[in-house]
Amino acid sequence: MASKPRTLYEKIWDAHVVERRDDDTCLIYIDRHLVHEVTSPQAFEALRLAGRTVRRPDLTLAVPDHNLPTTARRDAAGLPIPIADLESAQQLAALTRNAPEFGIRLIGDADAEQGIVHVVGPEQGFSLPGATIVCGDSHTACHGGLGALAFGIGTSEVEHVLATQTLLLKQSKAMEVRVEGELGPGVSAKDVVLHITGVLRASGGTGYVIEYTGSAIRDLSVEGRLTISNMAIEHGARAGLIAPDEVTFAYVKGRPYAPKGAEWDAAVTWWRTLATDPGASYDKVVVIDAADIAPSVTWGTSPEDVLPITGFVPAPESFADPSKQDAARKSLAYMGLMAGQKLTDIEVQNVFIGSCTNSRIEDLRAAAAVLKGRTKAANVRWAIAVPGSGLVKRQAEAEGLDQIFLAAGFEWREPGCSACLAMNPDKVPAGERCASTSNRNFVGRQGPGARTHLLSPAMAAAAAVTGRLADVRELS
Amino acid sequence: MEPLREVAGRAIPFGAKNVDTDVIIPAHWLKTITRDGLGQGAFETLRADPDNLFDSANFKGAPILIAGDNFGCGSSREHAAWALLDLGITAVIAPSFSDIFSSNAFKNGILTVVLPQSAIDRLMEVAQTDPVHIDLGSQTVTTPFQDRFEFEIDAFRKACLLEGLDEVGLTLSRDSAISAYENRSRGQTPWLATGELVS
Repeated sequence: MASKPRTLYEKIWDAHVVERRDDDTCLIYIDRHLVHEVTSPQAFEALRLAGRTVRRPDLTLAVPDHNLPTTARRDAAGLPIPIADLESAQQLAALTRNAPEFGIRLIGDADAEQGIVHVVGPEQGFSLPGATIVCGDSHTACHGGLGALAFGIGTSEVEHVLATQTLLLKQSKAMEVRVEGELGPGVSAKDVVLHITGVLRASGGTGYVIEYTGSAIRDLSVEGRLTISNMAIEHGARAGLIAPDEVTFAYVKGRPYAPKGAEWDAAVTWWRTLATDPGASYDKVVVIDAADIAPSVTWGTSPEDVLPITGFVPAPESFADPSKQDAARKSLAYMGLMAGQKLTDIEVQNVFIGSCTNSRIEDLRAAAAVLKGRTKAANVRWAIAVPGSGLVKRQAEAEGLDQIFLAAGFEWREPGCSACLAMNPDKVPAGERCASTSNRNFVGRQGPGARTHLLSPAMAAAAAVTGRLADVRELS
Repeated sequence: MEPLREVAGRAIPFGAKNVDTDVIIPAHWLKTITRDGLGQGAFETLRADPDNLFDSANFKGAPILIAGDNFGCGSSREHAAWALLDLGITAVIAPSFSDIFSSNAFKNGILTVVLPQSAIDRLMEVAQTDPVHIDLGSQTVTTPFQDRFEFEIDAFRKACLLEGLDEVGLTLSRDSAISAYENRSRGQTPWLATGELVS
């Protein structure tokens, strides 16, 4: 009997069902658990109080990233430089204490492999196609770029996974977002995912797992695919997926935790079976023409507030929905913008290149290509480049990219989440604008009163050298 | 977790759409290593306005929050649920919730009630002056004015809330099924069954 055609999502889901309850809730096995310092202390504490242990420490990897300062972490003598913020220091210390106590591997703050969990997982080959991957962080969807079912969880779920290596879940609906055609000049994966968020709106993916398909997605490198999947949550989807293919396998092969030898061959054989079957159906399909995607920026305080860089700040009355009109009015007031303003007339004082969305080597190369031979504009007060991991930093330095950033007036920092959410000292001052390669432009996200414009690494570099939001196509 | 059967009292007529978790609890409050005391930081930016709803005489300590579409979008921080609890909120009514937020809320004994926008509009009106009553057993929201709105809730979540079940304890009792899965996985996908460094 021929089996029913299934989607990539259904195949990974089915392969991880430990048991199905009568009400269709499933106990799902978790293959990989990434832990960072912010969402784990209360989970470890709960285990301790209940006298529980970690079921599979070998499937768990702890990396500090959110609170770490991106300035030097060791002094000339190799001794740790104390962290000025005592609460940050306390939270980092809790992870350093909890990981060994529960038998979990920890990549420490000064290890070369340290970085943002969502950069470290794929880079180390810890995140694999076809795996279920969780982390107490909503951008865990990122790993879906490898064809893994990856999603963010809360601290109670972190505790649940630590104790049982499973989660109780109901299967989500499946959505296909198909992007067909070739991306135009200056259009990157970031522009694609910003555009998708504009189309679906911030809640369009709620209740769905999204599979990104189509030639424009297939043509992306793995790093570009990670950028797309990373922002699935910004259009409401808990997980985003991209079918693993030869490009994926080439990326994974040889990484420290990736399978080797006969296991590698068996893994690739299985991974090849995961792609959505012809005839499988999705609960919803959205088709986007790649030709419609321009280099994009956000103007408001929701990632759905996205426009081509050639556009104008919209008038609140232009939205049909009265509550969106109200939200747009508040956004414009917060952002200090006027309806009808040309986007390329908006001046920026800060530029942030980094975050789990855009801090990989290709992101840094794209920014450096624009910065080469140029310097930041006089009105740009602060520009920082924060590599996603120590290994990305090392690679960038080997390629001389650090020198390009420094010559352009950027600061070249140690890896971490940094100004994406400003839990460490990297903050954008109130009332100032930041051209940011991160994933959220929420009120206060980059610091109280900070005004964020989301864009790609190349567009951030263009903003740095022109001192305003700029069309990168006019610079190259 | 304490069992939850009903939530009754004043409901904060907040109504905003796309309320993200950075609005519910800004990142600088996430540095805590406990679950307590986050009510102080809840809706911090909005509460900087002395005339804000949350601290007004009528709504301070109200157990219900009424919000717009996509409540709790953004980050996975469970601190958002802890902050609401610390503020005294044990139920949120909205047309839709982010998936992660509603899961976090449920695991902390906060009831998320999904109702259509028309019902939200009516409840926003009632909440200005009168209390709202939510009964989990009958899955209804009622007002002193004969309004009666039925809502859907996942049967498993409902049972957990009504009985105050410890989900980790529940799953630990399925240990033999989990071990059986692990044994199968070792045979079928051995590269996933271990997370050791491969040399």
